[in-house]
Amino acid sequence: MTAFTINGRRVDVKADDDTPLLWVVREHLKLTGTKFGCGVAQCGACTVHVNGEPTRSCVTSLGDVKGKQVTTIEGLSPNSSHPLQKAWVAEQVPQCGYCQSGQIMTAAALLKKNKKPTRAEIKAHMNGNICRCGTYGRIVRAVERAAKEG
Amino acid sequence: MAQNTGFKSVALSRRAFLATSGGVSIAVAFGGLGSNALAQGAAALKPNAWVTIGGDGIVTIMAPAAEMGQGVMTALPAVLADELDADWSKVRVVQSPGDMKNFGNPGFGGLQATGGSRTTQSYFQPLRLAGAQARKVLVATAATAWKVPESEITTEPGMAVHGKTKRKMGYGELAKRAKLGADLPKVADSDLKPMAQWRFIGKDVPRVDMAAKVNGSAVFGIDVQLPGMVYAAILRPPVQGEKPLKVDDAAAKAVKGVTHVIALPYGVAVIGTTVEATQKAKAALKVEWSKSAPARSYDSEKLAEEYLAIARDEKKESVVAVKHGDPVAAIAGAAKVVSGEYVTDHVAHATMEPMNATAKFADGKFEVWAPTQASGLIQVVGAHVFKTTPDKITVHTTFLGGGFGRRFELDFAFDAMGLAMATAGKPVKVIWSREDDIANDKFRPLAAQTIKIGLDAQGNIVGWHHRMVGESIFARAIPDAFKAAKGRDASFDDGAELIYDVPAHQIDYLRQERGVEVGFWRAVGAGYTKFAIETMIDELARERKMDPVAYRLELLKKNPRATAVVKAAAEMAGWGKPREGRMLGIAYADFGPELPIDSPMRNHCAQVVEISLNRASGEIRVHNVWCAVDPGIAVQPNIITAQIESAVIYGVSHALFETITIKGGEVQQANFDTYRVLRQEEAPDIHVKIMPSLKDPPSGIGEVGLPPIAPAIANAIASATGAKLRRLPMSAERVRAALKT
Repeated sequence: MTAFTINGRRVDVKADDDTPLLWVVREHLKLTGTKFGCGVAQCGACTVHVNGEPTRSCVTSLGDVKGKQVTTIEGLSPNSSHPLQKAWVAEQVPQCGYCQSGQIMTAAALLKKNKKPTRAEIKAHMNGNICRCGTYGRIVRAVERAAKEG
Repeated sequence: MAQNTGFKSVALSRRAFLATSGGVSIAVAFGGLGSNALAQGAAALKPNAWVTIGGDGIVTIMAPAAEMGQGVMTALPAVLADELDADWSKVRVVQSPGDMKNFGNPGFGGLQATGGSRTTQSYFQPLRLAGAQARKVLVATAATAWKVPESEITTEPGMAVHGKTKRKMGYGELAKRAKLGADLPKVADSDLKPMAQWRFIGKDVPRVDMAAKVNGSAVFGIDVQLPGMVYAAILRPPVQGEKPLKVDDAAAKAVKGVTHVIALPYGVAVIGTTVEATQKAKAALKVEWSKSAPARSYDSEKLAEEYLAIARDEKKESVVAVKHGDPVAAIAGAAKVVSGEYVTDHVAHATMEPMNATAKFADGKFEVWAPTQASGLIQVVGAHVFKTTPDKITVHTTFLGGGFGRRFELDFAFDAMGLAMATAGKPVKVIWSREDDIANDKFRPLAAQTIKIGLDAQGNIVGWHHRMVGESIFARAIPDAFKAAKGRDASFDDGAELIYDVPAHQIDYLRQERGVEVGFWRAVGAGYTKFAIETMIDELARERKMDPVAYRLELLKKNPRATAVVKAAAEMAGWGKPREGRMLGIAYADFGPELPIDSPMRNHCAQVVEISLNRASGEIRVHNVWCAVDPGIAVQPNIITAQIESAVIYGVSHALFETITIKGGEVQQANFDTYRVLRQEEAPDIHVKIMPSLKDPPSGIGEVGLPPIAPAIANAIASATGAKLRRLPMSAERVRAALKT
């Protein structure tokens, strides 16, 4: 049993310590908003926050988060009210939508540290998150909108 | 191949359908409007299979097509809602079940499938009729309630109105009062609203899938959770087509949670109670594979050269896919001949959601949950593969984490169905690793092309001869259609038939069978045929010492829609205005798979790119793309814009980076570290102008934005440097080499 906090709730997970956090979150805890994309920290679809830091859950093990605070897309806001979620809808960003949880979690980490990022800073920060539908332009516009409208 | 027989009726009926159907007969051929087969609930009215109107006024509309990002879950219901005169705020959309009788795609002869830009164009008219039919029921109900003639009743969003007496009644109330007879009211095109009264078609409604896609609640195939569900992973051979000969599964079976290790004809499956158990066990398998697959001798670099040699050799027998006039004779007698040779590498789909599916098998029936573009094929072909009947296969289509043609394939669904037969009624979720997903994709064919153009003394084109070489998609995926077409693969040569005004033109296909399966990749053949055609057009413009925009306009002057988009893209870009350190290039594409070249359902897109080139490294950077697109009727403009943006990004990615190389049958790329795709910092700014052609039907919009981008980039390089880039991708290494010659 390994204990940690997820979206403000304490959980004990019965799985080996080397189990990727991604699969703990998705299949043990049934929080499927966090996505499997590559398994090797190349695409960003599995991004969650661990103690507030954006983290690739596919290469983070359950043992790594023992006693820590994990936040997933489901815990970003209680009712999709995070400025980024609102901006994402306003800009009609998602297409297939599969990468968007990871995109939003990555962007949320940026806005926490940098309230008014430049366009270049946004693009650099978001460069690790692949989108095959090509929503890159709308992602940048949505982050800019969220930064402006807070 | 087991798949063949099952496809037969489908493939043939689709072709028959395309050959015979006109606008009105679509509605006749289409199910769901005829009888009131489904029971009416106590407080809910279900005037046809498409729509249910609740006593509370909530209108629930079925979305028949797979939502893979292209917005059909919004666009199609908006079409029905418009004719129904629904209040959009009260519309709820649900994914339709797999039910070909009611929800099959007329564009695929009634097969429930989504692809080939055939969704919006095919469902548009039937959905309007379904909406009009539902509205008729409500109007008739209001007429009875108010004892007035139906002709005096009009509708406003969500309500019937009697103008003379200023009475109104909401759809919810009408639904409660409505009585459906055995026969539903008949509807014809004459019942449809005039365009001027459209409320949703041509105007943006918010996408219905946004909310779920920003909070993690959208359910993709991989997210399916079912009681008692187990997991599976499959180890596949290093070379396509090999089989497991000996399996040492001792270590795999020792992994805690593993319940089964099963040798399959194409791999070895591990089933277990957790994902991590199946992954560990898969890694622990020791398998001796056969070494006899035809793909063993497959070497993509060598084949590229070999294919080109085949294309060059005009004595080699070919299938003549298209022939207008006698271009070979015309070229022989031409004053000058201009020619080009092209190779385009294999590319992978690399959808963000790796292949997966979940299936349950109990009491002789399958239930499948899959991110599929082709639920109908899972039923029809699945019945053949698993020796049952389509009615015993229920398919639930989830959201698709990208499709691009990959999810028209059935392999991932059949993985789950096959393994479900081993788990005693427990549902099994099969998840592919990214490495499996890349290496076992159905790639876009490796294609070699030659184009030879004869010019007269004034530089006018007298003949155009296009030869293409590669593995066939149709021969594998729809063999009966391939046979019926006498060896032509209309998917492989898609886009090759010229819309340009050329007096004589011929397209030859030289099919290869080298053991690597190829498939439908966004825009399919047009992704490489337009690369060849559009770069040759620029070259001809240089021959004529004409501006490439002016030259295109000259060759397109008989086609006003094509002319308009080329002019518009040039204008948007400020064509002709030089800019420091940047180069401009243009290309144009018409698109409409298997539609006649003059079909009004073909759509049109012109793009101008602004790029820069690092001459030392050979790296190309795309900064801006201006796109003008004519989709016919623009059903949902914002979705069209998004689709063009999407196709441009996918297109730039494949034009510059994406390549699958195969050596000795082994795919050399495995994950996003070796299969490079376009990232945020490399993404251009994209400017889209929609130029609807209101007299023309709407067209599918997911693909037309892709073909112009690669040739536009190559044209920019050629005009600025003279270097001819004739291979995709235009990798830095290849660009450096081209700059030196």
